[in-house]
Amino acid sequence: MKILVIVEQREGKLNRVSFETLTGAQAIARETGWALEAAVVGSGVGEIAREVAGKKVAKVYDIESPQLAAYTPDAFVAALKPFLAEKKPTLVLMPHTYQVRDFAPKLATALGRALVSDCTGYKKKGDKLLFVRQMFQGKFAADVAFDSEPPYFATFQTGAFRGDQVEAGASPAAIETVQADIPASALRNKPGEVFKEAKQAVDLTQAQIIVAVGRGIKEEKNLALARQLAEALGGEIAASRPICDAGWLPMDRQIGSSGQTVAPKLYVALGISGAIQHIVGMKGSRTIVAVNKDSEAPIFEVADIGIVGNLFEVIPPLVEEIKKAKG
Amino acid sequence: MKILVCMKQVPQKDAPLKLNESGAWIREDVSYEVNEPDAYALEEALRQKEKHGGEVVVITAGPARALQVLREALAKGADRAIHLEDAAFVTFDAANIARAFAAAIKEEKFDLIFTGLQSDDFGFAQTGVILAELLGWPHATIIMQIEKAEGGIKVKRELEAGYFQHVDMPLPAVLTIQSGINKLRYATLIGIKQAKNKPLRKVALAEVQPSLAANQLNIERLYVPQKTKKTEMIEGPPADVARKLAEKLKNEVRVL
Ligand SMILES: Cc1cc2nc3c(=O)[nH]c(=O)nc-3n(C[C@H](O)[C@H](O)[C@H](O)COP(=O)(O)OP(=O)(O)OC[C@H]3O[C@@H](n4cnc5c(N)ncnc54)[C@H](O)[C@@H]3O)c2cc1C
Ligand SMILES: Nc1ncnc2c1ncn2[C@@H]1O[C@H](COP(=O)(O)O)[C@@H](O)[C@H]1O
Repeated sequence: MKILVIVEQREGKLNRVSFETLTGAQAIARETGWALEAAVVGSGVGEIAREVAGKKVAKVYDIESPQLAAYTPDAFVAALKPFLAEKKPTLVLMPHTYQVRDFAPKLATALGRALVSDCTGYKKKGDKLLFVRQMFQGKFAADVAFDSEPPYFATFQTGAFRGDQVEAGASPAAIETVQADIPASALRNKPGEVFKEAKQAVDLTQAQIIVAVGRGIKEEKNLALARQLAEALGGEIAASRPICDAGWLPMDRQIGSSGQTVAPKLYVALGISGAIQHIVGMKGSRTIVAVNKDSEAPIFEVADIGIVGNLFEVIPPLVEEIKKAKG
Repeated sequence: MKILVCMKQVPQKDAPLKLNESGAWIREDVSYEVNEPDAYALEEALRQKEKHGGEVVVITAGPARALQVLREALAKGADRAIHLEDAAFVTFDAANIARAFAAAIKEEKFDLIFTGLQSDDFGFAQTGVILAELLGWPHATIIMQIEKAEGGIKVKRELEAGYFQHVDMPLPAVLTIQSGINKLRYATLIGIKQAKNKPLRKVALAEVQPSLAANQLNIERLYVPQKTKKTEMIEGPPADVARKLAEKLKNEVRVL
């Protein structure tokens, strides 16, 4: 019985979120007594393999091919499918990143197996492993069991485990280099360079106070209310994705996994439900205040101060009180 | 271009959800809407058709109520619809939904299949990618732009933290569409009228059953997540709440 963690590298750099998955995998290995191995997939990524080999793992595979230099789902699956078929791990773990979302379902399907995606943890029930994942945008959690032969595939959500708690090994683990045989004809997608859209006009990472609005604001004109609060507090205005998608605020004011990651002293979330893709962008804030009419909104799981109520009734008197308090 | 758009009906965002007796699923007597990224996928398909000609077909797998998303899509301009109608589809994992779709369209020749990047209920983020693998087609995920190009298409993939990447790929292909790729249109009155006369094919579970397999993932239990953080709730009428919060911001959070 064996666990294999596939760490993520992009353009030759180890994605640190891989350590979170390794921490989770080490915990599962402790509880099950299964061996833990890791693999990195790429071209000339030996340095990453060595870094991972410093952690408490039995072995690290460095899966290499020139065809893996730029990420494509075809090349990754062409490299990993025969590798997994040969090594037969019981459990394959990966971080739930955009890259993994792109190839992992294809890989599992190619091997006739299922993938339980975006897990926040695991449970051991007898000899059964259950994976915990969010459903209905975080309103519920589910315990999911595999009903098939291994290998079992699972991905862990960012923040599911603490990357800084990954255990170091007593001595570096052995590294085995595997040359993947990938014909150029296997690659159908031709990826271009990774780029960032025109430079950002505002840098919210430096803001001390942020007032963020979500779909609860209902209409574009109601943004004025949030602006009044931001002004009274002397803070910046920001938003969840749907507000920027609608064009009510520019993209560079979007907080979350596809926007900015911020950590102000005060983050006020107005009418934001608290989907994980938003939370990852603001959970590092020192104090989080949430106003939401739904007492079960997931945002209250990260809020320090919660107000269950209608933001249109709460904000106007709050603006007045803040002005008074500031004198 | 002939484009298939997979559209799922999901509980409305604001709908209060309750567990059913089994404890492994929700009570189904809630209001529903179209899965958000799927609405953007439809819009993108309609725009591609307006530019390049072709046909837009919409497909859903779900009980009778799911017909509503197809009706809306037809009213917005889709040419025809396919409804895999059975309550059982609600319990399918992503692989089985993909198998059912693959079976239902095996007589058709699409250039592109769009799905949303993930569903609001399951949130697997897998159905489109699995469908591509079953069909033997290339795919790209989290798409924010699609253009015709030499020998296929050029798409823009969203990556984390504000990064993007262009990818050239041949057709046919599967793309999973991200919300915000375009601006949604509304159905017009004429559109709603015309929708009534557009072709709708119903596919029974029995027709695709031979292509299905047992679910490999089983939801054992659904529950409200346990809170890990202590949230201090401020209660009362708005005026009191506002006063208490301002006090806290001044004395405890020290930002005033
Ligand atoms: C790959 C991917 C990347 C993503 N990236 C991001 C990202 O970077 N940032 C991001 O924010 N999202 C992102 N999302 C989207 C995310 O999943 C959610 O859909 C989004 O965050 C929801 O925004 P919201 O909370 O504003 O809207 P909703 O979920 O619709 O929530 C609205 C909330 O407002 C409350 N409300 C309504 N009326 C009132 C009122 N009068 N008073 C008080 N409360 C009210 C409701 O109770 C509800 O909780 C991403 C999704 C995916 C799949
Ligand atoms: N039952 C269904 N009916 C129609 N489309 C579906 C269904 N299930 C999944 N999809 C499509 O697959 C996408 C991803 O869903 P998921 O893999 O569940 O996150 C959705 O956005 C839909 O486009």
